[in-house]
Amino acid sequence: MADSVCGPTSAAAVPATTVRSRHSAVVRVTHWITTLSFLALLVTGVEILISHPRFYWGEAGNVLTPPLFKLPIPASRAKVPTGYGYVLPDQNGWSRYLHFQSAWVAVLTGFVYVGFGFFTGHFRQNLLPARADLTRNGLASVIAQHLRIRPARAEEAWSYNVLQRLTYLLVIFVLFPLVIWTGLAMSPAIASAIPAAVTVLGGQQSARTLHFFVSVFLVLFFLVHVVMVCLAGFRNRVRAMITGLPAARMERA
Amino acid sequence: MSKISRRKLITTGVVATAGASGLAVAASLARRYGLIPPDSGGLYGPGETLTYAAQRLLTRHSLAREFNRNQISKPPFANEVAPLGEAFKRLQEGAFAGWRLAVDGMVARPASFSLEELKGFPGRSQITHLACEEGWSYIAEWMGVPLSHILNAVGTLPHARYVVYRSIQSDWWESIDMADALHPQTLVAHGMNGSELPVAFGGPLRLRVPRQLGYKNVKYITSLTVTDSLTRFGKGLGSASPESGYAWYAGI
Repeated sequence: MADSVCGPTSAAAVPATTVRSRHSAVVRVTHWITTLSFLALLVTGVEILISHPRFYWGEAGNVLTPPLFKLPIPASRAKVPTGYGYVLPDQNGWSRYLHFQSAWVAVLTGFVYVGFGFFTGHFRQNLLPARADLTRNGLASVIAQHLRIRPARAEEAWSYNVLQRLTYLLVIFVLFPLVIWTGLAMSPAIASAIPAAVTVLGGQQSARTLHFFVSVFLVLFFLVHVVMVCLAGFRNRVRAMITGLPAARMERA
Repeated sequence: MSKISRRKLITTGVVATAGASGLAVAASLARRYGLIPPDSGGLYGPGETLTYAAQRLLTRHSLAREFNRNQISKPPFANEVAPLGEAFKRLQEGAFAGWRLAVDGMVARPASFSLEELKGFPGRSQITHLACEEGWSYIAEWMGVPLSHILNAVGTLPHARYVVYRSIQSDWWESIDMADALHPQTLVAHGMNGSELPVAFGGPLRLRVPRQLGYKNVKYITSLTVTDSLTRFGKGLGSASPESGYAWYAGI
């Protein structure tokens, strides 16, 4: 029982393995707050995007400018030439309010998580791949295992394999910072305070286009993540991320 | 275990208390330094307040980027506008000779300026980016009178905190705080790309706030009111935008 470990007398009686959490409380709480704000950002981001589903490169772009590419979808504003004979409902107002509020939640949660990760050694212990795993053979064997859709080995309920580690590090230290940066670079006020943040990206329309692509990569990560959780055992993996305890056998023991 | 739990409990208590009192202090400081936007109530108030407060601390004096002449969008895109009424058409027939910009509220000398008078004020020209919340944008050269010059001419009172501005289209009105109102790049624009400001782009007079999105750049402006509180204007949310679901502060 999880709560017995909090009692004053049970500490010695309970074997150390049963009190060990798969995920620490900070990881679990920040994981689910990030999940909620990511979903809110995704839905509202799509709502904002459909008001102008065209992308440009450089500083400025509008319907009179040749686009870099356009999405083959209808728009929520009549003036965008989409080729469709109808206009989608416009939900920009609340979508923008919720998008920026969720961004604040995600960023503040991210600060807590990253601070925790460095302070406690979470990144070093749980996410930094072992040098031995980064060899060609090490990577090849994990990839082969994934391609054959072998069930996860028992120890993988307790530790991430090298592909997971690299993917999580990529999401935490590359994709999230990039999506925040490209998002901020679209702000006219931020552009005035930190002009280099925009010019380095190639301009404000470039920032918008990059924001779209980084978001696509984050959505891909999200989909693969959910599929992998399902293949590895949805109930146990989700239980571990909610309660900290990975397997039902704990209760049976 | 038990010792750690007790220590954790105490730590959590201390952190929670510090957090709560920190928030209270932050809220009172934020109010004193004008970091709370008028649409800070409601479901999205916390995010909006964080954005406005953070950007006011970071961008109070920053200058919008200005571009080279060869970066001007050719042609610029004129957004659609609601049909212009009879009053506008009559003024347009008279080449806007009768167009006036009234300035009232918390000012020492309320006044009303004609286009000719405004064009006689020291002007400013700048090539800046105008971005719509929908995602498109263009770069144009804007000529006009810095709003700060008009405010100095009428003598803004020291307690002033916001400037409300209205279009001849009665449902379009906005307001900005004094940081933006006195900002050197905030213009009452009457020219664009070397000629008169076209009607499609807001002529004869448009407020240009280059550090905020397009919808704060109200077209066809006819009056300014300087005030210390926005509660008496419309529904008290600061401008027409929050009344239709858009943020009052549009620096993003």
